[in-house]
Parts: sequence; C-alpha cells; structure tokens
Amino acid sequence: MEKRQIETLVGFFVLLGALAIVFLSLKAANLASFSFDSTYPVTARFDNVGGLKIRAPVKSAGVTVGRIASILFDDKAFQGVVTMQIDRRYQFPDDTSAKILTAGLLGDQYIGLEPGADDKNLKAGDSIKITQSAVVLENLIGQMLYSKAAEGRPKDSPK
Amino acid sequence: MNPPALLAALGAAALRILQSLGHASAFFSVLVRRLPAAFRRFDLSIVQIHAIGNLSLVIIITSGAAVGGVLALQSYYSLNRYGAAESVGLLVALALLRELGPVLTALLFAGRAGTSLTAEIGLMKAGEQLAAMEMMAVDPLSRVLAPRFLAGIISMPLLSAIFSAVGIGAAYVVAVKMIGIDSAAFWSQMQDGVDVFDDIGNGIIKTIVFGVSTTFVALYTGYESEATPEGVAQGTTRTVVISSVAVLILDFLLTSLMFSTP
Repeated sequence: MEKRQIETLVGFFVLLGALAIVFLSLKAANLASFSFDSTYPVTARFDNVGGLKIRAPVKSAGVTVGRIASILFDDKAFQGVVTMQIDRRYQFPDDTSAKILTAGLLGDQYIGLEPGADDKNLKAGDSIKITQSAVVLENLIGQMLYSKAAEGRPKDSPK
Repeated sequence: MNPPALLAALGAAALRILQSLGHASAFFSVLVRRLPAAFRRFDLSIVQIHAIGNLSLVIIITSGAAVGGVLALQSYYSLNRYGAAESVGLLVALALLRELGPVLTALLFAGRAGTSLTAEIGLMKAGEQLAAMEMMAVDPLSRVLAPRFLAGIISMPLLSAIFSAVGIGAAYVVAVKMIGIDSAAFWSQMQDGVDVFDDIGNGIIKTIVFGVSTTFVALYTGYESEATPEGVAQGTTRTVVISSVAVLILDFLLTSLMFSTP
C-alpha cells in the first residue's frame, strides 16, 4: 500500500479514537457541566454526617448548585466538617441553613441548602451556622419504639 | 523420583522462572530506552499503527457493540425489578469505562495484534533478518521492535475508547429504541454518575498500562522464540496466554488501587 494512503488511514483511526474520547467525556460524563475555578468553598459543621460522600451533590430547591469537596472530623468539637464547592453563579444569604437529606428512601445522601433572608451573602471560606444532621435510621427506629412503648402503657400507671 | 532429585528439579524450575523474569525485565528496560529512536523515525510507527490499530477496528467495534447491547439487556432485567430501569445507562457506562472496555480490548488486542507481532518478529529472527540488520550496523531493536512497541502503546487507548463509545451507543439503541427507556433519563443518569477524571481518566491509564504490557509480551516472546516453526508457534501461544493473564492480574491491581475507595 502507498505511504500516503496508510497515513490517511492512520489519521482516520486516530480521529475516530479522539472522537470516541470526546463523546465519552461530553455525553457519558459530566465534562460539559464541569468548569475550572468557578466555585467558592463553604464549610458546614454537622453532628453526624451519616453516609455522606465526597463529590455528593449540594442542592437547593432540588437544583444541583455544587459538590462536596471534603469531609473531615474535628476532634475538638467532635463534629464532622464538610467543605462544599458552590458554583460561583449562585449566591446564598449569610443565614442559609444546610441539611443532610436522602434521595429517595434508600438513595444517596446529599446536602440541601435552605436560603435565609440576610442581606449579606455567603463568601468564599464562610461557614454555614444552621445545620441539620443526617437522619440515622437506627435512632429513628429507637425513637419510634420508645414512643410506641409509651403509648401502650396503661393510662393510670405511674409515669 | 527420590526426594533429593525432586527438590533439585523444583529448585531448577524456580531458578528458571526467576532467570526468565530477570531477562524479560532487562529486555524491557532496553526497549524503553529505544523509544526515543522510535519517535525519531515516527513514519515506521505509523505503518505499525495501521497494522495494529486500523486492522483491529472491525473486531473492536463488533465486540463493543455486542458487549454494550448484551449488558443493557441483562442489566435491564434486574434493574427493572427495583424500578430503576433508567440506571441501565449508568451501569453500562461505568462497567465499560472502568473494566470491560480496557480489559476486553486488551484481550482482543492480544489475540488480534499481539499474535501477529510475535509471529512476525519470530519469523524475522528465524529467517535471520534481524541478524542481517545487525551486520549492516542497523540496530534491530530500535528499527524493528521499538516502532511496534510505540504503535501498540498508542493504539490501545484509542481502541479502548472506541470500544467503550460503541458499547454505550449499542446500549442506547437497546435500552431506548428497543426497550423504551426514556432517552433523557438514560443520559442524565449516566452523566450524574460518571466522572471524567475518576472513571474515564483512570480507564485511560489502565489501557496505557495494558498497551505496554501486551505489546511488550508479544515482542519479547517473538524475539526470544526459538528460530524454528515450532518455536514460533509456541511463541504465539505463549503471547496469548501470558498477556491475557498479565492483563487480568494488572486489572485487579489497578482496580483495587483506583476504585476501592468510595
């Protein structure tokens, strides 16, 4: 085969491979929604982070506005410190609250942001004051058993 | 056989394995040092990319489509039970990008391209072409082996990317066109769960490692095969066996390094 022909065929092969990588990054993965350095970090402290994982979404009103960058343990306050990277397009009031929620009954956990009413906005490095920990299923069942036991007690019995 | 002789045979076998491993490592370092020479004569590598890459396209595309389609069909049965039929796309994409794409491409590559490399080098050696080159002060390692090595390393990631892309396309056809899963849910679930660096990037690192190992095994067994018809035949068999086992072991190691942490 002629050399030029082989080079053209190899060029076609390389192009096909490059197109496949572009297709995978844009269509199968999240590169299109991925942008460099357009986020700001915000931290929040939780008594219990439950099953929260790094890279889990941060949502507000159901819309993904950021991702969780790191989860650390503070051994002074014995709390979990969650750092999230929030998209720079979205600004939240200073008194925004953060909750750890679960997608569906058994789904992955994410952080839900509930905007407050303050005039000032959260800046890079700020921390969210009002937080609500993850719901731990065991505690919930324990509470339910206790309340059921209390209901079942005869009316006149001493408390 | 009496015990001392058995012990001696065992020891000899162990020493032989160690010796061939050391020999292969030395050959690997020599071959890596010849890679700059392959870059200088890149036209030689282009011919090899054509032989290794272009001519493997048909088998890679057919296998990719078959694997993607079957994965989509099979995962649909189980996922549909739990009302998570939309996750078919995510499951197929993660399976292809992380494991099946790199591993199956490497296995097919060993069968399709590795054997031909081994046979070619083995016959060149049997026909004393390599010795003739050396007589003419042409280094057969940098003239014959290094361009093939480079071509293998370049071709593997591209072939694997094509494999995964075709597989996802086939899964789309099966899941959306045949089964009737919502197209937007198919893609959005996939995009939600697949990460560019964690999944695609690590998959590409895997394919480069497999490209190096498979091509190296093919070249080494060809170069070291006995200069007889039986020797070349044994060499091609060894290429498939050794490179397949190497790919599977390396894949386990790489997966446990890359994907074991949540």
